[in-house]
This record gives sequence, C-alpha cells and structure tokens, in this order.
Amino acid sequence: MISFYLNGKSVSVDDDPSTPLLWVIRDSLGLTGTKFGCGMALCGACTVHLDGKAIRSCVSPLSRAAGKHVTTIEGLSNDPSHPLQRAWIEVDVPQCGYCQSGQIMSAAILLKENSKPTDKDIDEAMSGNICRCGTYPRIRRAIHRAAEMAAEKRSS
Amino acid sequence: MSARKANHRRSFYFWLSAVCGLSLLAIATLHAAPRTPKSDANSSREAFLQIYKVFTSPRCQNCHPAGDSPLQGDDSHVHLQYVKRGKDGRGVYGMRCDTCHQSANLPGANMPPGNPKWSLPAPETKMVFVGRTPAELCRQLKDPKQTGGRSLAQLLEHVSSDELVGWGWDPGTGRALPPLSRADTVTQMKIWIDGGAACPQ
Amino acid sequence: MSRLEECIKTTPELSAAEHSNVPSAKSSRIARRDFLKTTATIGGGLWISAYVPELAARPDSNAPASATVFAPNAFLRIAPDDTVTVISNHSEMGQGIYTSLPMLLNEELEADWSKIRVEAAPVDPVYNHTLYGVQMTGGSSTTPSEWERFRKMGAMARIMLVDAAAQKWGVPSSECRVEKGVVIHSASGKKATYGSLADAASQLKPPANVPLKDPKQFTLIGKPVRRLDTPSKINGTAQFGLDVRLPGMLFALVARPPVFGGKVVSFDGTEALKIPGVRAVEQIPSGVAIVADRFWPTKLAREKVKITWDDGENAKLSTSQMLADFSRQSATPGNIAKKTGDPAAALAGAAKTITAEYDVPYLAHAMMEPLNCVVDLRADTCELWTGTQFETVDRANAAKTAGLPPEKVKINTTLLGGGFGRRANPASDFVIEAVNVAKVAKAPVKVVWTREDDLAGGWYRPMWHDRFAAGLDAQGNPVAWTHTIVGQSIMQGTSFEQFTIKDGVDSTSVEGAADLLYGIPNLQVDLHSPKIGVPVQWWRSVGHSHTGFSVESFFDEVAHAGGKDPYELRRKLLANQPRMLAVLQLVAEKAGWGKPMPAGRGRGIATHFSFDSYVAQVIEASVDKDGTVRVHRVVCAVDCGRTVNPDIVKAQMEGGIVFGLTAALKTEITLENGRVQQTNFHDYQMLRMFESPQIEVYIVPSEQNPTGVGEPSVPPVAPALTNAIFAATGRRIRRLPIRASDLAGGSEAKS
Repeated sequence: MISFYLNGKSVSVDDDPSTPLLWVIRDSLGLTGTKFGCGMALCGACTVHLDGKAIRSCVSPLSRAAGKHVTTIEGLSNDPSHPLQRAWIEVDVPQCGYCQSGQIMSAAILLKENSKPTDKDIDEAMSGNICRCGTYPRIRRAIHRAAEMAAEKRSS
Repeated sequence: MSARKANHRRSFYFWLSAVCGLSLLAIATLHAAPRTPKSDANSSREAFLQIYKVFTSPRCQNCHPAGDSPLQGDDSHVHLQYVKRGKDGRGVYGMRCDTCHQSANLPGANMPPGNPKWSLPAPETKMVFVGRTPAELCRQLKDPKQTGGRSLAQLLEHVSSDELVGWGWDPGTGRALPPLSRADTVTQMKIWIDGGAACPQ
Repeated sequence: MSRLEECIKTTPELSAAEHSNVPSAKSSRIARRDFLKTTATIGGGLWISAYVPELAARPDSNAPASATVFAPNAFLRIAPDDTVTVISNHSEMGQGIYTSLPMLLNEELEADWSKIRVEAAPVDPVYNHTLYGVQMTGGSSTTPSEWERFRKMGAMARIMLVDAAAQKWGVPSSECRVEKGVVIHSASGKKATYGSLADAASQLKPPANVPLKDPKQFTLIGKPVRRLDTPSKINGTAQFGLDVRLPGMLFALVARPPVFGGKVVSFDGTEALKIPGVRAVEQIPSGVAIVADRFWPTKLAREKVKITWDDGENAKLSTSQMLADFSRQSATPGNIAKKTGDPAAALAGAAKTITAEYDVPYLAHAMMEPLNCVVDLRADTCELWTGTQFETVDRANAAKTAGLPPEKVKINTTLLGGGFGRRANPASDFVIEAVNVAKVAKAPVKVVWTREDDLAGGWYRPMWHDRFAAGLDAQGNPVAWTHTIVGQSIMQGTSFEQFTIKDGVDSTSVEGAADLLYGIPNLQVDLHSPKIGVPVQWWRSVGHSHTGFSVESFFDEVAHAGGKDPYELRRKLLANQPRMLAVLQLVAEKAGWGKPMPAGRGRGIATHFSFDSYVAQVIEASVDKDGTVRVHRVVCAVDCGRTVNPDIVKAQMEGGIVFGLTAALKTEITLENGRVQQTNFHDYQMLRMFESPQIEVYIVPSEQNPTGVGEPSVPPVAPALTNAIFAATGRRIRRLPIRASDLAGGSEAKS
C-alpha cells in the first residue's frame, strides 16, 4: 500500500510502487483528466503537480508520490475558477482538448512563480507541452490574459 | 533559509563537490596514488588532450553547453523541450530538471536519465565545454574566475568522486560512454596536474 | 426499399445501455409516434429522413422520468426543463463542430443558447453524410454539407413549438414570435417556454414546408460564439475514448508485426503471464494480444512475450530506395490527369525551360490521443466506445468481425483527441482489432495503442515525388507546365474508389495540381501510382499536402527564372480567379509584401485552393548559421464562403499553420528493412511553443455558401516557408522536411 494526497484527499493504492503515477491516477483512482500521450516525458500531456512542482506523471513511479500532495487538473480549482481556466474559456484555447490539462498544469506553475510572464518566459515554461492541433498562439494569449485577470483580482 | 537559497547552495555544492574536508581528502588521494607515472609538461599536455576528449564527449559536454540549454543525445543536440538553465542550474518554472529527471535512469532507450543531483552548472560558473579548443578549455579550468575559485584538486575531486559526473559512465540504455573509463580519466587528470597542468598550444 | 424503410430497419438497439455510466433509455417514457417517422424536404431536392432513432430520442438523464421530450427529428430534442440537446452526426476532433452545428440549428430554432447541449449521434443511416452516403467526419465537409440540413431541423422544431403555443392560446401562429426559447404572443402578452411546450408540440405533425431565414436576418451565424466544449476541456471532465471505463473492464495491448503484412509464426507468453494482473496472452489476426486488469501490466508484459514473426514480402522495404525509384519513374509520363494545349511543343519552343524534382516523406497523423477502442462483446450484441470519424464503416466491419448483424452493433462516438484523418480508417484497423481482442478477453476490454504503436502503425500520408518542367517565353511568362506525380493511391481498395479513381488516376493524388488555378496555356499533369506494402491514408489536406508544396515552390522557381516578383506573377496569372486574387491581394497587403524587414529575413508567398476554399499565406523566416530555420510571422488570408463562426475559422487556420510547419520542418516516417525507424516524439518531433510564430488570420467576407475550413490552411504553409527561405538564403528547398544540413551558413550565406 502506498498512500498520498490526491487533490487534497488521502488515497491509498496497492499498485506496484514502480507503476507510473499516470496510470495509478487514471486506472486505479479513476481521474482521467490527466492524459497519456507518449509515456516518455516528451509531450507533457500527463503533467501534474507534486508538492507544488510540475512533474511528468508518465515517467514518475508511484513511489515518488508516497506521502506527498499530487494535484491534477481536476484539483486545480473547485469551480473551475483558476485564472488560467477562465482565460482558456475567454480565448477559446482548446481544439481537440486532449493536451490542455497538461498545458494548464504547466502554465499554473509559470503563473505561480511569475505573475507577469513575458513571451520568452512562456516559451521557456511551455515548450515541454506538445499540442498537435496547434493552439500555441492561443495558449500564449490566454496565459497573458490569465496574468491580467490574476492582477485584477489582487488589486480589487 | 528560503527554498531558492537552499537550491542555490545545493547547486554550488554540485559544482564544487567539495568543502574543505573533501578537498583535503582529494589532495591526500592524489598524493597517495602510488603508481601515477612521473609527469612533466609534455606528458601533462598529452594527458590534457586525453581529458579533453572525455570532457567534450556527449556525456560530459551535454551538461556544459555554450548556451543556457542543456544538450541531449550522442549528437549533442539542443534539448528538445527548450529547457533552460535557470538561476540554480535546475531549470525554470514547470520545466525543472526533476520535472522529468529523477534519482536514477529510467529503463529503456530514450527514457529520461536520472541522478539525485541532475542539473547544469549554475549561471555564475557555467564552465562551457562545447566549442572550446583544448587550449581554451585548459586555460578555463585554471581560471579561478571561471571555476568559481575551485582548485585543481577540487576539479579532480569533481571528476573522480562527484555523483553526477559519475553518471557519465553509467548513462543508461543507448547512450555512448566517454572515450576513457572514469579511472583512466582520473589517472590522466592526475598526470596533467602533476606535470604542472600544462596547456596545449 | 426506400431510404426511410432502411432507416427503420437499422434502428439501433434500445436496450444496449446496460452500464452504469451510460444513461439508460429503458426507464424513460419517450413520445414515440408514427409522425416521427417522416421526412423533411431539404434544398436541392434531396430527401433526408428525419426519423428519430430511439437512442437519439432518449431523454436527458436529469429530466423527470415521466416527462415528455420533444424530438421533432433526429437532430435535436427539447426537455421540459428547456434543455436543447443537439445530436451531432459529425465527430468533434478539435474542429469546433460541436459548436458550429448547434449554431446552424439554433439560428432557426432560436432557443436560449445557454440551454444548448451536444451529444454524439448513434450510428444510423439518418445521420449519413449528405454527400458521401455514410456516417463520417472528414474532407473539411461538415459545415458545407450540413449548412442546410441543420438549419432545416431547427426551423422544423421552431414551427412546431410555435404551432403548439398558438393552438393552446387559440391564436394564429403568424401572430406569435420566438425569443430565446420562449414563444410570445405580443397582443395578449402570453408567453411559454419551449420546454413547457414539449408535450404539446410532440402531438403535432411536422410541417411539410420549412422555410429558412434570409441570411440578412442571421443573428447567430457569423458571430464569434464561444465553443460549447471548452469548459469540459479545461477541468478534466471531457471524455475521450481513452477515458471510457466500464465495470469489469480489462485493458489490452497488441504486439503487432515489425513489418507491414507480417504474421505470427509462433509465440511464447509464459514470462508475460507471470506479471501480476496479466490475464491472457493470445494470438489474434493482427498479432498477439496481452490482456490485463490494468494498462500498466500489459505494457510490462508485452516486452516479455517472445514472438517469431514471418516478415513477409515487405521485409526489404526501404524509403531511401523508394526515393530513387520514384525519381526514376517520374522520368516518363504516367496516366494523364489533365492536359490542355500542347505542352510538349510549347516546352520545345520556349525561350527558357526549367525543371525540378520535389520529394515529401510518409507522415503519421500522430494525434495526441493515441488510438484506442473499448469493446463490450456479448453473445448477441457488441457495443463499442471510440473516437471515430467513420461510424458506418466501423460498424459494418465490427459486425462482420463479431459475426453479428450491423444493427446489433452499437458505436458510442466519444470526443476525439485529434483525428486528422487517421480515425477514418478505410479498413477500420483499430476497430476490427479491438473486436478480435474482445473475443479473447472474454470481458469488456479497452485496447490501447502506445505512441510507439501509433507511429509504427502505418496508414500514413503517402510519400510523393513531383517532377516539373516549365517553359517561359521571352518576357519570362510561363507558357508551358508539366507535372509528373509518383505516389501510392489512397483510394484504391476503399469504398470511395469508384467515385475517385478514373482512367487510372486517383483524383486525390493530383488534387491541387490538375486543378491549377494559374492561367498557363499548355499544361499536363500525369500520375504513376506504384503499389507498395505500406498502408496509406488521408492525412489533413490529403493530396493537397504534397501538391501545395511542390506546385507553389516550383511556381516560385518559375517566377525567379523569368525575373518576376513571385507575388506579381501570381496576380497576373490569377486574373480570371477573382476569389483567389482577392485572397492573394489581401495577404500581400496585410503582410506588407515588398516592405523592408529586419536583416536576414526573407518573405515567401503561396496560395492554394482546396476543399473549395481559397487560402494565401505570407511567411517571414530567417536561417541561423547552423541552418536552423526561424519562422517569425505567418500571415494568412482565407475565403471559405460565409463563416458560421469566425473565431473557429481563425483557430482552424492557426492550427493548420502549426500543423503545416511541423510537416515542413520536423517530421518524416522512414523505413529500412521494412521497419519504421521512428518511435516516439523524440524522433518524430512536433513544433513546440518556442518555435511557434506570430500568426495573423484575415477572413475575406463572403455571401457564398460555406466551404472547407479544417484542412485548407495546411497546403500553403510549406511552400510559403521554403519560398521565404529562398528569399533569405538563395537556397531552394525541394525536399521535406527541411534539413538544417541543407542550409548551413544560414541567411548570412546569401551573397
């Protein structure tokens, strides 16, 4: 049995400790917002937060999460009111949508650490996430917009 | 202490790989090595050329790049995901080294390799290997401004004992090894240092 | 048998929904009446059944069980709570159709937009494509083909709801109007919501005549309405095929032959079966299936299965050999696709002639969601959950594989994590295989493809070779143009063959070449279609994906050879093509054609007509010393007729441009000894954020009917880029993907 916190809730699973966290989250715990795209940390679709840092869950063994806090797209916000989620809707970023959980989870770390990212910051923070539909221009716009929204919220 | 400071200190530790006690140990090791051939300036220069081949092999130079992006693969291409060095040599935002690279190599070809200290040199001491001629690299290794004040003994310690450097000789599936073994590299480095750390012309 | 009778005969199984995550239709009372089995006249004399398949007419799960749902036709139903469920017969794979189709329908229905929901249609002939005769999504054809039908379906419902209200109030329908899902009788002040009228409307006969609005009255069509599917795609609730879970469901991976057409000689699953969770290792027609409780054990176990393969006749296939073979073949003309004037004589008499050969590689679709299919195979039914673009074909193939009649097979179309053509497989490869796996799994099973499986799995965009010759007159104007194409036929052997192959020419091999818009008096386009054991398939923009590159690059060569500005020569030769000319001039103006740029940059221009849409692009690029190409800016102009949702059109143009840049700069599938060389995104690389340029899209206003949007922005990307590289470096790229090694020295090397 390995226990960790998934979106704030304590969970225990009996998967082999070497099982990638991605498959534990998806198949054993039933949260399917985190996606499988490559299995080699090349595309970023499986990005989740481990104690507030981005990790690629497809190459992270379950043992890495033991006792730690894992946040998935389902746990980013309750309603979903995260500025990134609101900006994603406003800009209508997704096309097929499959990569977007990972995109948002990567962007969330960027915004947490840099409240006013430049285009260069976005390049550096987001180039680990592939979008085959080609939504990059809108992801860029939406991150800038989310930064504005967050600033508006702070100043109000 | 803030997390950032802690990281900074860890990365300093990575490059330096030695506090005083360790460097003393390294010097002791150096002097204790019984069968190091007698070295002069010529053999020192020759030895450096051997070390140079190791340092500019993919396993070493990929983490000592000219820019701020690590390199990958036996062809030393720029890291595909546009990874950046960051303030502590461990990446930026959600693109930290340990986003993918963990404490050990993952099984399988082209899977992220790993080591507990996986990182680039910190920005203050980038110690670029890529594109350096033997003479340039040699002078660079002796320039305290570029080494962050590390002595040759400390450099030797880095090569002989540092955990991350050791990864170069245990790089996982499908990655070429440096042209010399670690032991041979250390031997050549000792010859180079013993002979006065002479630099090729 | 009439089309209507066919519809009734193939009604999907009502009782198939036995799993908890699928709303059950059993307990609900649906107003099923004979009047529903009717037809509606659609413009152009085409008769389409509007009969409601029972699954489409199921009530929303949150509606009271006793409530009547108004389902006037197969494409919508209205619940008492005013919820309008639009039933989409086209799959949502990113192109925005789950928003555009409801917009078409609601333009006439005029329900409250916030009450609109979308649901995938079951498989039924009523949902067949209006042009292609099967239920499918592709060819950038959804909006063009549904432009009238969905509006008619919405109008039909509105008329019935108004009539129901008018009868209830005892007033003439003509005195009533509708506003946001409410019928209003102004004189009396009476109001009724659509939901409250559902029961009464259900008693009425559908109108025989369904007039549509004059486009001048449109209030929804043409507006940049936000996508309905976005909220579910930003919080993890969107359900793709890979996300489907059934009680007791197992997982499976398949070990497939390393060479196309290879067969299992023998296998040993002993070691694989020792891995905890592995249930079965069994041979199936396409390889060896590994079945386990969860996905991960199947991955571990597959590596442990020892298989001896018979590689078969493709064991020596080599793309580098094919490259040479294709070039040799192109030296002699193939089957004539198009001939005007006397190209041979015109070439012989030209003041100047130029020739060139172009190559593009096999390409994988590489959707972000790898292929997958869930199958629940029972003794007398088979239910599938998958993201497909090809429902009718998949159902027929699944039925044949399961040994069941098609009406016993139910397909639940999920959201698609990208399609690009791959999920409309003419052989239903991933569906048939999944049914075969279900036979050995003996339980509901999800067959998953890894990225490695996806890239090695075939069904690629074909490899193409294009050989050109052009003759120029003394003033530098092209007077002759010959184009010999070599590449595998996509349509051969598919159900579309009879419509697409004529006189040995697959029209999709020569599209974008044989229908050249430029006014060149002597023209010949011919085709060789070698048969090669690599499965090929339509890939976003199909034949245009190679002709766009080769034709527009060679046109640039012709312009330079004649000392002409590439833009001005295009303008001149498009004089009789007003729509393309307008697009070309718009893009040149917006891009600042001819205006100064930062040092080292070059500008390239290209046009392409595909899927009845006109696109022109200008790209600004530079090349680093090491040959790395930097794409700085892409300006795109499009005329796709009337835009239903301009923001979705823009998104498709943007996405197609990124897709096209990936093909131009990054990807190729190669084979040596019959084996695909690429395995994952490290050697089949996608464009990433840091390489993604500034993109500007301009839409030419139009009152023509809508034309294709999903694909037409892809073809001009590669030539606009290679033409820009030529402008920046003086080097002509004739082979994709662009290699840094072809451009060493970069922009500075231009003397």
